[in-house]
Amino acid sequence: MQWSIRVFDMSDLRIVGVSILFPGVRQVFRGRVAEGSLVLGVWLGFGWIVLARWDRVSRAALGPWDHKLALLTLGLGVLSVWMWSLLSERAAEERSQGARGVWALAWSAFRKSRVAVSAAITVTIVYLVALLTPFLAPFDPAAQGSLLTERLLGPSMLHPLGTDQFARDVLSRLLYGARISLTIGFVAVSISITIGTLLGAISGFAGGKVDAVLMRFVDMVISFPRLVLLIAIIAFFEPSIFLIVAVLGLTQWPQPTRLVRGEVLSLREREFIQAGHALGFSRSRLILRHLIPNALAPLIVAATLGIGDTIVLEAGLSFLGLGVQPPTPSWGTMVADGRDNLVGAWWISTFPGLAIVLVVLCFNLAGDGLRDALDPRLRS
Amino acid sequence: MMTFLIRRLLSAIPLVLGIATIVFFLLSLAPGDAASFLISPNITPEVLEQIRANMGLDQPVHIRYLRWMSAMLRGDFGVSLTRNQPVLDIIAEILPNTLVLSLCAFLLAFAGGILIGVFQAVRHNRPTDGILSVVGLFFYSMPSFWLALMLILVFSLGARNLWGWPIWFPASGMTSVDYPFMSPGEQLRDRAMHLFLPSLSLALVLAAGIARYVRGSMLEVIRQDYIRTARSKGLSEFKVIFKHALRNGLIPVATLFGLYLPFLFSGAVLIETVFAWPGMGRLVVDAIFQRDYPVVMAGTFVFAIMVVAGNLIADVLYAVVDPRIRYE
Repeated sequence: MQWSIRVFDMSDLRIVGVSILFPGVRQVFRGRVAEGSLVLGVWLGFGWIVLARWDRVSRAALGPWDHKLALLTLGLGVLSVWMWSLLSERAAEERSQGARGVWALAWSAFRKSRVAVSAAITVTIVYLVALLTPFLAPFDPAAQGSLLTERLLGPSMLHPLGTDQFARDVLSRLLYGARISLTIGFVAVSISITIGTLLGAISGFAGGKVDAVLMRFVDMVISFPRLVLLIAIIAFFEPSIFLIVAVLGLTQWPQPTRLVRGEVLSLREREFIQAGHALGFSRSRLILRHLIPNALAPLIVAATLGIGDTIVLEAGLSFLGLGVQPPTPSWGTMVADGRDNLVGAWWISTFPGLAIVLVVLCFNLAGDGLRDALDPRLRS
Repeated sequence: MMTFLIRRLLSAIPLVLGIATIVFFLLSLAPGDAASFLISPNITPEVLEQIRANMGLDQPVHIRYLRWMSAMLRGDFGVSLTRNQPVLDIIAEILPNTLVLSLCAFLLAFAGGILIGVFQAVRHNRPTDGILSVVGLFFYSMPSFWLALMLILVFSLGARNLWGWPIWFPASGMTSVDYPFMSPGEQLRDRAMHLFLPSLSLALVLAAGIARYVRGSMLEVIRQDYIRTARSKGLSEFKVIFKHALRNGLIPVATLFGLYLPFLFSGAVLIETVFAWPGMGRLVVDAIFQRDYPVVMAGTFVFAIMVVAGNLIADVLYAVVDPRIRYE
């Protein structure tokens, strides 16, 4: 009964109303200015999309898959913003001082690093923007304007980042290019981490001949400069986004393999693994349930830093013309497009490059923060 | 020391053979073969078969593999399909260019990186350290080819055409057009001017990583007791840092030498393309667009061998700078 009375309390209703109309405002007034204003900003961004791009949003459900995905993102985003603004106060109260796990400790250490948190937030926003691109981009990225009057225009109100030599809007291409770069970075690193974790765990756990053979193979693959290996592979096939993701993922596994192997070698001798042996656990159970979860912390750091590296590498491939094929925009291709007009139209190369630097910088900062947070020795 | 050297050299041999094997199977996995690059309406299937037989492409995989390996061991990389010239000759002509560029970039990167890292460690917990860290990470996150374009924009095209600076750097090639007509002194200057921007854009990205590393290792060394002893003896701060601390602080940096070599060569491929530098990277990239299989295979192989050799040198360096390590 207590519960139903509280729901119909007038002041509560007002709070719910404010929280739904302007999520984050209540938190700002309660002293959580940074979080509150961030949520409010995201909310206003969503609102702007719905109002300014109503024609696209309303037709998105029947449109192509990327429009549907953007609509889904928009819906989920609005929902999570509401949920946060309604529930965050209660969650803060419930976060009592009980026993806290490794991850909770790491999370609270991570939250203390302002730089790392802002980097993580920036990365999240960039991913959100990439998902919402079909609504955000002012123009079609492949649509060409008049080659006579709209070619190589400098930044203006209509084209905030100018137009390129085919009279295409640079901002729209930048936004659509983000999808390629970010997806490739994420998927390729997932592939390489999965392979690397399994091989490293097997190698470290089995030891002996298996270990020796696998590690010699790792030595060989690591000896190739990665870009040279990549272009040698890609060159003999037709470049496509799937090929590039696969090849990027399949050439990066040696580093995580070495990392996990080192971790497993030191974990193997610990008591809890000995206990597992004594209890008669199968080898696969020991590896998957006990060794890998304990080797996860450095792996997460490596993955975060790896995404940044992969984005740079993909940009390099695209720059050479071996990446995603035109007219699909990718940041590396855009930098290459601007090469011929560096002086006359500096904006074509400059902005995509800055976008790469921003995203990679954020991944590196977040990775550094994660390393500090996950390593108990570095925690103050 | 001698036994260590010999053992280390011997251990590199299976590595090189393995790398040759990987290169071979990489390219035999690819669809189409070297002869398919000649396919055109002017060539009858019979002639194509004849070409295949001449190239040995009609043989089964294991025969081709053995032939490839034995040719490799004899230093025979085959003949380039587009230039009709032995690949070995092409590489011998072009390799020095890449080595000059890489060496220059490496020297710049290590000199700059170590200096900045030491400076940051000395200024630990002061604003300069923080600012340099952020600036360093900014360069560390930068694609080298984009940095190269921006450097060209400012120091070459902008400096010459827009602002009329007294000094600007050439943006492409190794020498100017009138190079043969210059005096030896001018020739040297011309080469140095052409070398500056490419090696700078390669070095900046590496230097940022090196500085991060040096800073960390110097911070650990500076905390040690023998440094306090050196200071309490009344040595000048300069002597303490550069004579006592740096010696130990640089030991882990020797490993970076081997670690950064693949990155350096990856970057060189892009930088050589941007600056039209006639080196190995551009050779491989051009060969790929022309489907010149023998050049691609040889180029990839040579790059990997250079990394193996660099790692060897790094290991020896490490043994030299750290007498505590015993390789028995």
